[in-house]
Amino acid sequence: MRKHNRIRAWAVLFWLVVWQAASMALGKEILLVSPLKVLSRLGELAVTAEFWSSAGFSLARIGAGFLLAAALGTLLAALASRIRWVEELLAPALMTIQSIPVASFIILVLIWFSSKNLSFLISFLIVLPVIYANVLRGVRATDTRLMEMAQVFRVPAGRRIRYLYVPQVLPFFQAGCAVALGLCWKAGIAAEVIGMPQGSIGEKLQQAKVYLDTPDLFAWTLVIVLISLLFEKVFLALLGRGVRALERM
Amino acid sequence: MTGAMDIEIMQISKAFEGKKVLEGFSAVLPQGKTTCVMAPSGGGKTTLMRILMGLERPDAGQVTGLEGRRLSAVFQEDRLIESLTPVSNIRLPTPSLRREEVLAAMESVGLRGCEDQPVRELSGGMCRRVAILRALMAEYDVLFLDEPFKGLDAATKTSVIQDAKRRCQGRTVLLITHDRSEADAMGAERILSL
Repeated sequence: MRKHNRIRAWAVLFWLVVWQAASMALGKEILLVSPLKVLSRLGELAVTAEFWSSAGFSLARIGAGFLLAAALGTLLAALASRIRWVEELLAPALMTIQSIPVASFIILVLIWFSSKNLSFLISFLIVLPVIYANVLRGVRATDTRLMEMAQVFRVPAGRRIRYLYVPQVLPFFQAGCAVALGLCWKAGIAAEVIGMPQGSIGEKLQQAKVYLDTPDLFAWTLVIVLISLLFEKVFLALLGRGVRALERM
Repeated sequence: MTGAMDIEIMQISKAFEGKKVLEGFSAVLPQGKTTCVMAPSGGGKTTLMRILMGLERPDAGQVTGLEGRRLSAVFQEDRLIESLTPVSNIRLPTPSLRREEVLAAMESVGLRGCEDQPVRELSGGMCRRVAILRALMAEYDVLFLDEPFKGLDAATKTSVIQDAKRRCQGRTVLLITHDRSEADAMGAERILSL
């Protein structure tokens, strides 16, 4: 089947040309900087130690928040699928987390803690309900007839997880991760922009706003997109390798 | 009189949404023998088997003689893991089986050259034979067969029944079928009607 959401090089090129033309027509860098200028600014930033330190700061915190939430969300979903009161206990808490605007959480966390690990906490809170709901849905969707077969044959828990649960829950987990990865980067960076932890990408974006430094704003935005894409690709590739290794065991 | 290892079914009743499927059914499945259950469709054969396998709870009555015993089964459906090969499916409940043993058993029921294909690529009849071998090669004390030879052509059925009869010799077997000739070919010593 043909993929309809495929990004074509010619289409990307078209929009870059439109962007460049619009920027040249406007003639004001402060309103719309050209893609060439953004690339040039990115090149200047990339040779500085501060650039890599800021990128590393945000990547470490948002990435760690995602990984911890993915692990805990999976564990809680596994428990909730087996123990009804765990699901009942978690339902209002997770619904509250999902309903409260991210900005409220950010301000609350800033009141309670320092801004240093703000993006970690926000990333964690955004990802946890998404992964939990998806994994729980996956466990619920497992084929009951296969589960009965495993029960009758007394297939040990380890083999049940490996051969029955993992293949059936994995597509749900992967779909949850794809959604959560996009959300955690958007929310994590928004948190950094508001909380301005020193040495973060969010702080750099805030500075770009204060000084009306549009090339910096675009360059850092491009960095965020690239890091989040890289993180997603690496995570999903490692996940795939892990699953294949599990299947070979 | 029942032996110590016989399975005794006492006054089992089961209803679904008010509709009685089993009502006060009693029987003894003698240790080491094949017992066949015959009944028309909807007569409660599968429900009886599910109760014996511990997958349903009876509304009334009880079963003795199954405590702590290892079970094996061919279900009405194949219940195979579609992404796995026949060898992996057969070894799922019995990882101690050697690949060579499994391949030899597959050969004996006419499954050759498909050992490394995922079962989703196999025909219905081939999947059925994989499900039968999984049950027969498992380590079990009691074997439940719910219309196990359904969907097999006449020639294949004959060879599979011969193989199954040989492999479950001396074990306690409950066979559910509509076909009296299958019960005879499996050497069923008792025929129960529901």
